[in-house]
Amino acid sequence: MTTTQLPSRPRPGATPPGAPAPSAAPRRRRAGYLREQLSGWGMIAPAAVLLLAFVFLPAILGFGLAFTNARLISPRPVEFVGTDNFARLFADPTFWRALLNVSYFAVVVVPVQSALALAMALLINKKFRGVNFFRTVYFLPVVTSMVVVSLLWLFMYRKDGLINELLSTFSFGLIQGADWLNDPATAMPAIIALSIWQAAGFHMIIWLAGLQSISGELYEAAQLDGASRWHQFRYVTWPGLKHTRSLVLVTITIQALGLFDQVSVMTQGGPLDSTTTIIYEAVRSGFKQQETAYASAISLVFFVLVLLISAVQRYLTREKD
Amino acid sequence: MKNALRLSSFGAMLVRIVFAAVAAFPIVFMLVSSLKPDQQIFGDMSSVAAFLPIGNISLDNYTAVFDRVPAARFLINSIGVSAVTVVLGIFINSLCAFALSRMEVRGKRVVFTAILATLIVPFQTLALPLVWWVNQLPYFELNGFSLEISKGWLDTYQVQIIPFIANAFSIYLYHQYFESIPKELDEAARIDGAGWFKIYRQVVMPLAGPATATVAILTFLPAWNSYLWPLMVVQSEELRPVMIGIQYFFQLNVSWGEVMAYASLITVPVVILFIAFQRSFINSIASSGVKG
Repeated sequence: MTTTQLPSRPRPGATPPGAPAPSAAPRRRRAGYLREQLSGWGMIAPAAVLLLAFVFLPAILGFGLAFTNARLISPRPVEFVGTDNFARLFADPTFWRALLNVSYFAVVVVPVQSALALAMALLINKKFRGVNFFRTVYFLPVVTSMVVVSLLWLFMYRKDGLINELLSTFSFGLIQGADWLNDPATAMPAIIALSIWQAAGFHMIIWLAGLQSISGELYEAAQLDGASRWHQFRYVTWPGLKHTRSLVLVTITIQALGLFDQVSVMTQGGPLDSTTTIIYEAVRSGFKQQETAYASAISLVFFVLVLLISAVQRYLTREKD
Repeated sequence: MKNALRLSSFGAMLVRIVFAAVAAFPIVFMLVSSLKPDQQIFGDMSSVAAFLPIGNISLDNYTAVFDRVPAARFLINSIGVSAVTVVLGIFINSLCAFALSRMEVRGKRVVFTAILATLIVPFQTLALPLVWWVNQLPYFELNGFSLEISKGWLDTYQVQIIPFIANAFSIYLYHQYFESIPKELDEAARIDGAGWFKIYRQVVMPLAGPATATVAILTFLPAWNSYLWPLMVVQSEELRPVMIGIQYFFQLNVSWGEVMAYASLITVPVVILFIAFQRSFINSIASSGVKG
């Protein structure tokens, strides 16, 4: 979705395609050319240098460090160790467990969250009295930080917490709630529920932007043809959301694969590794155990995974003309 | 027919209210519980009183938060770090986008493509190598009249700010916005003898208000909410931002009412900002959807 829209004006001094090389003629430049170059580069430089130092270099470093024995603080010089870190990683059952947990999380969160977000967007798409109130309320969880949300739900998920009280009230005492976060079977579903609760409003806004780009005339035409609500959705709304759809899909998936905050605050990966994730393992080894190289290897595997999955999703949702 | 329509719009409103209740109940519960002693929180849990500020209401939990931990310090740290990141981010990213969009700088296409390429790298992939990297960086500090060089940025303010100033997505947003401002304005200003920086400051930036609002919000939210990064690079109590502060506070085994008070304390300012700038917030999220 990051299409570059570069100006189409020809650059001064650039040779028009097909023209003979102007090597014989003296190169003429308009006044202030040098000054424009200097000020231009001066303006680009601060951001470019920072991106170079804090995105490009660490990315390259991370790639390199994954094949060494670097530690965060170590008197020994960094040595190249080949693929040792990867061999150790792929032999580690916790890593496979983390991969499984993250896949479980993503497989549930991606469809459920995008569907709920779309439902919310449809509910507040048309103008009605109080629409701003509902928009604000639906969006409130998004402006609440994930750390706060995690602590709040940690409290609500207690055995004698609000969630179990609500379940028991609404089922007239039939449902006896679980000890959600301390049971390996329910810990991940509990984290899934709060994650969807927190982030659905974010994707609601993206759906909403897509919905509002669909021309109202299409709906009028459909109504004239006597199309039902469902047919309008099926044949006008759904095709009109084509681009938004792949966008929502890709952003939720990347977000889901990077699961960390909730786990770090609520369960620390437990009980019995049932909620550990790839990023949580990377932080555990890279920061707590100071094994930078091993953590870089995990990060690299994570990056390749994200890249692969978004490439597959883009391929599946590509324009089929 | 009319009745059916009325019924369906009644049904839609009912669904809206159910969704609103689900979205709001944890937040209402948090705010209300922050005013109650623990015994009452648990007593009220099984009735609607859990969501109502009734009974033994006081601000005791809030005062306890400030007594137990330097919560004011954490708040000031987060406000400072977020503000500096937002202000410098707006300046540096808009300046870069200005040159890339409106000036004929040689090689700018390569630079712009390289900048956009960084968007595919999630921060989580960079975080661990970045910790190692910032620990190798030198830092210059003017101490009296002597320049002191220290190695390693761990446990400082700058490590919470400098890596997040330049942002490819902000540059992209400004670039898109600048493209929509007529270039004739620049030419007119140049004829009047204005330099490039003057055009940036007095012609283009005053017209880029919506882009600046979007960038400000999209920089502020992650800065205020940052957790993974300070967790790894900040150790000293006096440098902690609010999100690390609350987790630390929680681990002191304090009462739930106090945790809810701290949670409300760091959430309410953002909610007020959101309600005040709702339109900009929603536009900025909608435009951040372009990222991907």
